[in-house]
Amino acid sequence: MKKILACLMTGVMAFSLVACSTTPPATGGTDAAGGQAAEGSAEAGGATDGAAADSAAAAGDTIRIGVFEPSTGDSASGGKKETLGMQFANSETPTVEVGGKTYNVELVMADNGSSADKAPSAASELVGKNVSLVLGSYGSGVSMAGGPKFEEAGLAAIGVTCTNPNVTAGNDYYFRICFLDNFQADVLANFAMEKFSAKKAYCLGENGNEYDQGLVAFFTQVFEGAGGEVISDSFPTNNSDFTSYLNKAKSEGVDVIFTPVSIAYAKQIMEQAASLGIDIPFLGSDTLDDNMVLEATKDTNLQLYVSTFYQEGGSETFDKGIKDYINNNSDAMTANGGNDTISAVTAMGYDAYYVALEAIKAAGSGDKAAIKAAIPSVKWDGVSGSIAFNEVGDAVRDTAYIKTADTANGTWAFEKVQSGSGK
Amino acid sequence: MEYIISVLLSGVSVGGQYALIAIGYTLVYGILRLINFAHGDVFMVAGLMGIYLAAVLPITLSLPLVIILTVLLGFAIERVAYKPLREAPRMSVMISAIGVSYLLQNTATYVTGGQPMTYPTIPFLSGTVDVAGTQTKWVVIITPILVLALVFALTQLINRTKVGMAMRAVSKDFETSRLMGIKINSVISVTFIIGSALAGIGSILFFTNYPAITPMSGAMPGLKAFVAAVFGGIGSIPGAVIGAFIIGIAETIIKGLPSSWDVSVFSDAFTFALLIIILVFKPQGLFGEAATDKV
Repeated sequence: MKKILACLMTGVMAFSLVACSTTPPATGGTDAAGGQAAEGSAEAGGATDGAAADSAAAAGDTIRIGVFEPSTGDSASGGKKETLGMQFANSETPTVEVGGKTYNVELVMADNGSSADKAPSAASELVGKNVSLVLGSYGSGVSMAGGPKFEEAGLAAIGVTCTNPNVTAGNDYYFRICFLDNFQADVLANFAMEKFSAKKAYCLGENGNEYDQGLVAFFTQVFEGAGGEVISDSFPTNNSDFTSYLNKAKSEGVDVIFTPVSIAYAKQIMEQAASLGIDIPFLGSDTLDDNMVLEATKDTNLQLYVSTFYQEGGSETFDKGIKDYINNNSDAMTANGGNDTISAVTAMGYDAYYVALEAIKAAGSGDKAAIKAAIPSVKWDGVSGSIAFNEVGDAVRDTAYIKTADTANGTWAFEKVQSGSGK
Repeated sequence: MEYIISVLLSGVSVGGQYALIAIGYTLVYGILRLINFAHGDVFMVAGLMGIYLAAVLPITLSLPLVIILTVLLGFAIERVAYKPLREAPRMSVMISAIGVSYLLQNTATYVTGGQPMTYPTIPFLSGTVDVAGTQTKWVVIITPILVLALVFALTQLINRTKVGMAMRAVSKDFETSRLMGIKINSVISVTFIIGSALAGIGSILFFTNYPAITPMSGAMPGLKAFVAAVFGGIGSIPGAVIGAFIIGIAETIIKGLPSSWDVSVFSDAFTFALLIIILVFKPQGLFGEAATDKV
């Protein structure tokens, strides 16, 4: 039996070894890591093609914008949709005029793998590719992990939908165009109390995920501050059975269930809640604003309300443009989850690209230091609302959209524009 | 009361699914003394095959096909990655198994693009049923019954048939049974075929219940099933099944404890703490044979 122990120990060591070495000869075939890299460069190649199509700009005069987004892992589906918005914006406006000269804008992709371990190397990859500024990421954890690399390199990053306060706090080089978690949690807590007169709430987040835990903490603060009662639980990473948690919420007789979790978990939770016949309203954060989560609620009796950045119908031209783009491009269609429902993160990715162009124009060059200095003064009227930065580098926002899942039609329905308690 | 029943139901069904994977681990270990780390990923791939096949074929055809293809996959993995290393040190085979595991995960990431995929709804199994006031899916009720039936069939196979006798002989003494004329390679193949078929059936039950599949979906159930197999005594089939049910039920009970106690987050930690405790105090597991040193 010592052998088993020894085997286990070596197994653990071998795991880490295999992770960086090649697969053993017997397994052969496609080296999947290589496959991913190929996929990544294919995407980047696609973006370059789009830029090169514009013959007005001379070759060689290119400004590179880094796209720091997950295309694998738990948040891949969100990251791809956010990237989609940038790619669409890039196809719409592939050039930028600086000082009377037209430059091509090239998007340079780096996959941060949805994981805080992989994010720093993806960030370094972008630094090494000499990008002028960085957009992203979807997911606060990876943004925080990559942030110091950008700061060291003196490279400005504009967060698109990373809502955790710590992304920009303490990092001069990180900006963001979305609202913050404390604001979002405040909005949702207020919504729960106004709409459902909720007195008791159940919060469920992933253990060790800063996004989930941050939102749960802020929600609890506001909700308890207003005299409510909060019960919260954390589930381990890669958990798949949520029925115990949901049954617990049910037996506790809560008025609302708050689940600020990533898409893959949200999908599982909705599906399992449907099979348990849970009729307590679910509140979700911006991550739940996703087609896959919506699909899971279709033809069920679930009530799901999410706070988000953009609701379809907010800008007719953008809606039409992005739908055409998705329908005429099979890769975009796959990235969007196989349909043309517009995710809020796509709209945010689109706005982020234009904010980046404004910053480049204001800087008057593709120089990263000049761009960093120019960002705080940038103002832009985007499809998700007007964007300006405060002294921390966060966007100044005071309202969020709340939308609800229309379970009969499988679409999102606009609920209301909700403001926070003003704290 | 309603709540206790619902927690127990979840526990029994989670346990049943771990059991189907754990049998695969324990069978292969019994014969080859190899911990087949790729087994959890075979289970995940079976789930993905279910999705892709159900998209083009009717469900009555695609489900048997999933099991057949999973069997072929398990068979092929053994032939390609383990058989050439039969004479090599055991560690090489284990590393090869880990390699296969990574290969399957990364291929799945490549194919699915890393997005969670939705398992198709299977008529009847996905339907809901009321048990003592708690609503649940039929699959939750059927899983433990099916597991017990399969385990019964499997023990009959091992104890009553010629192949079973050969399997027992090989697990007792590899070299001698080869000298006695047992075709080692076909016995090993049969073992992988049985293990993979159970993983295929397990994937249908598991993903009907928890319908989102990511490339990492096999890793955690696989690891826990492995712990279950060690807990029950690796090499012993009833041990693996009982170990799996104990772990499944304990895990859901821990998750279901009142939140104010702040322990629900330790449900995974419990499983792995159990592994350490069992290895320290009863390394042969609940039903494993004590290793005897032959002089």
